[in-house]
Amino acid sequence: MIKKFNIILLLFLSVSFLFSDVSAQETVKNAPTQEVAEELDIKELILDHLADTYEWHLFTWNEESYTIHLPVILYSKTYGWNVFSSSKLEHVKSLDNHFYIASEGDYAGKIVERNMLDEEVRPLDLSLTKNAASLLISSFLLIVIILSMAKRYRNGSLDGEKGFTGGMEFLIYAITNQIIKPSIGKEYKKFAPYVLTLFFFILFNNLLGLVPIFPGGANVTGNIAVTMVLALFTFIIVNFAGSKHYYKDLFWPDVPVFLKAPFPLMQIIELVGTITKPFALMIRLFANITAGHSILLGLTSLVFITVSLGPAINGGMTAVSVLFNLFIFFLEILVAFIQAYIFTLLTSVFIGMARPPELVKKQKVESN
Amino acid sequence: MLLSVLLQAANTTDYSSIGIAFAIAITVIGAGLGISKIASSAMESMARQPEVAPDLRMSMIIAAAFIEGVALFAIVVSGFIL
Repeated sequence: MIKKFNIILLLFLSVSFLFSDVSAQETVKNAPTQEVAEELDIKELILDHLADTYEWHLFTWNEESYTIHLPVILYSKTYGWNVFSSSKLEHVKSLDNHFYIASEGDYAGKIVERNMLDEEVRPLDLSLTKNAASLLISSFLLIVIILSMAKRYRNGSLDGEKGFTGGMEFLIYAITNQIIKPSIGKEYKKFAPYVLTLFFFILFNNLLGLVPIFPGGANVTGNIAVTMVLALFTFIIVNFAGSKHYYKDLFWPDVPVFLKAPFPLMQIIELVGTITKPFALMIRLFANITAGHSILLGLTSLVFITVSLGPAINGGMTAVSVLFNLFIFFLEILVAFIQAYIFTLLTSVFIGMARPPELVKKQKVESN
Repeated sequence: MLLSVLLQAANTTDYSSIGIAFAIAITVIGAGLGISKIASSAMESMARQPEVAPDLRMSMIIAAAFIEGVALFAIVVSGFIL
């Protein structure tokens, strides 16, 4: 029940920045350099927030930035195993540390070292970066929630669950009955654990990516390496759990001979299809989540771009930015659910296509 | 004089950015047209037969997400070229 008062209060709060005091003197003094600096910084700011870093910046209080310095684990051919905190990394090569973060070139933003031939090479980088740490946190959260729910169901009754457990039960039921069973058919119980894990993994990481403070805020599913691994799992499962009929359809499909014999046209098309389907899964999830985060960050930095244009315009743009941000946040929550749903739906559809059920029956009938 | 100014402008303009902007714009137009087609046919069907509205709603959202996925491929690739 949305009360009128709540709507009015929300609108008032969003435009209340108009009444704030922005001191114009400092901004006028620094206006020329600040404008140029701000122009260039926004793109870097957004890319910085979307990228993977070696430390987790929590917040900046009174010009002091509070960050969690995550451990850096490297293996280099010249210097062996090195494990140290990322607070020791700087952007320039220092005398006591062989490793530094390259500021430009191919490896910009990543750890490099100078080897014996004085080239900049990348050591084997197994560091716990922000995305890796966030993956650990969200996996831990997922394990705690799902296993405690499972224990409750194993010990207690199967009906009448309320609250969070009820919500999760609804989700699991909905996915099993509407996605997994219709797509995969009778043997759905073999694949249901993986597909359900996939759904909740993507959902939790999408939602955590929207939270701006500590345990969330790392752009995990917007990291193409993460989505590549998920798509790779789909590719492996589809191709290793395929029935004989699936392979027969790949290499000798039921089409006129001129399409397959002298030049293997259908075979090439089918093989390209097996690669493009997981590839599309990977890019779809990556692009949706990254685009959403970019929009949110861009709208937030709208406030800072207009600082040098005076307090009136700044206040107006702040109000616009806050309202728009709110709308886009809700849209992003919807997108988080939809993208998890679509990834899961397509994965189970591909698994189902790799093991067509009616033809298994046909083979049984034929062998009788 | 004018010719030399024009030549200098033609030499220094960043044509690749214009190309990428056009690519993204055309992609967005395509996505908008596609999703509007889905939405309009869904609206018409729901108006003709209100009982099927819940089923149609879910299918509409899924189809829209697919089309948005295609549009975002193009945006990712053009951003990559940029």
